[in-house]
Amino acid sequence: MIASARSWVDIYLTEMRIAIQQQLQYRVANYFYMIGMIAEPVIYLVVWTTVAEQQGGAVGGLDSGELAAYYIVWTLVRNMNIVFTPFGWENRIREGTFSGELLRPMHPIHYDLGYFAGWKVVVILLWLPLAAVLSLLFHPTATITPLGVVTFAIAIWGAYLIRSLNQSSLGMVTFWTTRVGPVFDIYFTAELLLSGRLVPMSLMPDWVQQIAWLLPFQWTFGFPIEALVGGLSPEQLLGGLAMQALWIAIGAVVLRRMFSIAVRRYSAVGG
Amino acid sequence: MTTSSGVAPAVHVAGLRKTFEVPVRDAGLRAAAKSVVRRETREVAAVDGVSFDVPAGEVVGFLGPNGAGKTTTLKMLSGLLYPTSGEALVLGHVPSKRESAFLRRITMVMGNRNQLQWDLPALDSYELIRAIYRLPRDEFRRTRDELIELLDLGPLVTKPVRQLSLGERMKAETCGALLHRPAVLFLDEPTIGLDVTAQKRIRSFVAEYNARTGATVLLTSHYMADVQALCKRVIVIHHGRILYDGALAALGERFAATKTIEVTLGDGQAGGGRPDLSGYGEVIGYDPDEGRTRLRVPRADAPRVTTRLLQDLPIADLTIEDPPIEDVIEQVFTSEAPSDPSSEEPADARSRAPAG
Repeated sequence: MIASARSWVDIYLTEMRIAIQQQLQYRVANYFYMIGMIAEPVIYLVVWTTVAEQQGGAVGGLDSGELAAYYIVWTLVRNMNIVFTPFGWENRIREGTFSGELLRPMHPIHYDLGYFAGWKVVVILLWLPLAAVLSLLFHPTATITPLGVVTFAIAIWGAYLIRSLNQSSLGMVTFWTTRVGPVFDIYFTAELLLSGRLVPMSLMPDWVQQIAWLLPFQWTFGFPIEALVGGLSPEQLLGGLAMQALWIAIGAVVLRRMFSIAVRRYSAVGG
Repeated sequence: MTTSSGVAPAVHVAGLRKTFEVPVRDAGLRAAAKSVVRRETREVAAVDGVSFDVPAGEVVGFLGPNGAGKTTTLKMLSGLLYPTSGEALVLGHVPSKRESAFLRRITMVMGNRNQLQWDLPALDSYELIRAIYRLPRDEFRRTRDELIELLDLGPLVTKPVRQLSLGERMKAETCGALLHRPAVLFLDEPTIGLDVTAQKRIRSFVAEYNARTGATVLLTSHYMADVQALCKRVIVIHHGRILYDGALAALGERFAATKTIEVTLGDGQAGGGRPDLSGYGEVIGYDPDEGRTRLRVPRADAPRVTTRLLQDLPIADLTIEDPPIEDVIEQVFTSEAPSDPSSEEPADARSRAPAG
């Protein structure tokens, strides 16, 4: 049992080391990618700050400083949320590179998880100066508690796991049919609206918030951000982590089941 | 499942079949529109009921033209493809279950398999393989260094993979595929695209690996040199069915319809020019420097023609050979299947019999 756990740690750490080495080779590209990614939250921030000012300084209970804090943390959570996508599954199946991964004595998800986790280490390092610049420009305000920091540190990895499992499960569709980009787009649109990525969930109507609570999206985006800067109560923090645990369990079961059925359909074309 | 010697074969295959459903439609807009409403498919049997056993330690070559079913068979045996029907056991495991214990004991080398990280030296990728296969560090280092030496990889493993030539990369991939010391190797075109020197290196390496570790090797290749250098036994597949399973040496006897007789006449008898030996068989070549004529004669006539040549002419040298193995293989593919495919008798039992 302990030996097995040690082996898994070894696998993940080695994969992470590989990813870090590889991504450091592309540090300039990574940096420009992150800078490009900042455009999205800055637009949201400017729009909502303007709306807040027009409404007397706050919108949906958030003032411009809190909106700034939300969207600055957003930039890190968004980067943490980058996972192996269904489009990646489509490619690896269509081009046959999946064969090599199937020959390994472990589920391919472990490779993806380990590799992207290593990438995150580089991302976090690169994010720190960007966050400093954004803070100087937009003056964020937030009440940050130690429990909030600990929850945030766990929640960003929980979010990463949920999103990885969900997107890989979605990627299983490519075993049945290729070119499923439009199907994925529907999923990503729902995620954009119901996760807290487009707007903080507190700005959404109540009924949307209730629907979102039942879906996995906000536990991968809005919750980690609010855990750090949203002033959530300890009950809300622990409840959020419990919801993440639930969605990780659901994602793992769904992926395992779908993979075992899907892999029988693999035709190993081109590989 | 055991062999006649009571030992379980490393690979056991019985009635293995794999079919694919392939969309069918005519060309043109009308056919495209029709296919939206009614999608027509047809079933293609890539592997159509093959049966064979491979004892541990044997090196077997799979021969067949493109699309014959060789690679599909290997992919089913390595767990990549789920068989439509039939039975496959590799080292006692059902490959399609893809158990970790099974995957740790096999490897598959494909021309386009790329498990090395493009931007990093191969050594880093080997470290990842060590972790994935849970190899003890000491054992891993020993195997890695041994393989690097055997494959003459030397300083190449410290260069980023993207800077390696195709042949170098293939050697580095082969090394990576064998770090866990697999007991069964599925090699699918392992020398494809390589220059002659690199091909020879891979060939001698596979032979050496087989000799050192006693690993079982199933190999597909379009290069007969690979097969001749490594395999005493070959399985010839065409249209998903086994046409022949037996000794490579006996393939010519089984399928070659002709023999080649090379004749060199004694001094002065050639008359300084090309002798006319067309009365003895089809003249297929003449070497003026050596004064040697090559004749193709029907296999059954070879003894009689030889006797006549020896009686009629002052022969300085005479050899009788089977045609080149490439020609024999071609002959196999163009001939009818040697046995009734509807027979219940296993293909290997039918076709191996002549090989003794």
